[in-house]
Amino acid sequence: MTESKELQAKAKHEVTTPAEQTQQGLVFTPEVDIFETEQEITLLTDMPGVVADNLTIDLRDGVLTLSGDIKPWEGPEETDVLVEFEIGKYYRQFTLSDAIDQDKIDAKLEDGVLRLTLPKAQKAVPRQIAVKVG
Amino acid sequence: MLTRNVFGLPSMGLRNPFADLENLTRRMDLLTNAMYGRPGTSFMMPKVFPAINITEDKDKYYVRAELPGIKAEDIKLEVTGKNLAITGERKIQSEGKNVRYHRREREAGRFSRIVGLPGDVDADSVDAKLVAGLLTVAIAKSAAAKAKQITVKTSE
Repeated sequence: MTESKELQAKAKHEVTTPAEQTQQGLVFTPEVDIFETEQEITLLTDMPGVVADNLTIDLRDGVLTLSGDIKPWEGPEETDVLVEFEIGKYYRQFTLSDAIDQDKIDAKLEDGVLRLTLPKAQKAVPRQIAVKVG
Repeated sequence: MLTRNVFGLPSMGLRNPFADLENLTRRMDLLTNAMYGRPGTSFMMPKVFPAINITEDKDKYYVRAELPGIKAEDIKLEVTGKNLAITGERKIQSEGKNVRYHRREREAGRFSRIVGLPGDVDADSVDAKLVAGLLTVAIAKSAAAKAKQITVKTSE
């Protein structure tokens, strides 16, 4: 890591239209890092306040859907003094271009960060082809 | 305040006919508060990382911040008088040289913020916890800042 910089405050992004909502409440787009190696695609996403029980990960027809529910964390007696961030669900969808080996998907949720490892299916792993001299 | 009310409602099977209107009101509130920087209970745009929510009940103030991916040992809290200082660093581990990024939205870096609490606090009675990337600091109000019940006596 190079020299660390100051973190800037930014407002959460509200999802514009993830299809019509059936439940009330706000929906936010979580921030993600996506990177790949030859074997797998890894996705890291920040979902503060989401616990494993309230997180759904769905992969079908090449579309990955992440959705994290939040339980209101304030006590019943509490009243607001200052509100700078709002509480809501997290929702984001991705289209995956590579074939994924569905059986080997691994998801880990730690400190409000989801780490999702999507191993590429065998046929999608690029292979080095040796050229023989005839 | 509307945000809390919306949350408190039981989920409805049918679409709330006023949802659009509520959403509009909320957005207008957001806009006006951002323009005037009005303090109080309405939503304010965060100016310094991390964004903070403060609530209170009878005995305590609760300061909450979303700090995903930050370890408890990387956060430092200090109470001085009425001020709470939150400093720390968010570290994002390098994933090695052989990875190719498609998206990189998460950021690492240092942060430092001081928030003034609305009343006097007891600096010896502070409780902080970090669960699922959410920091909650509960600070006891000092005796002077607590609301007191006063009984009215009658002479007979």
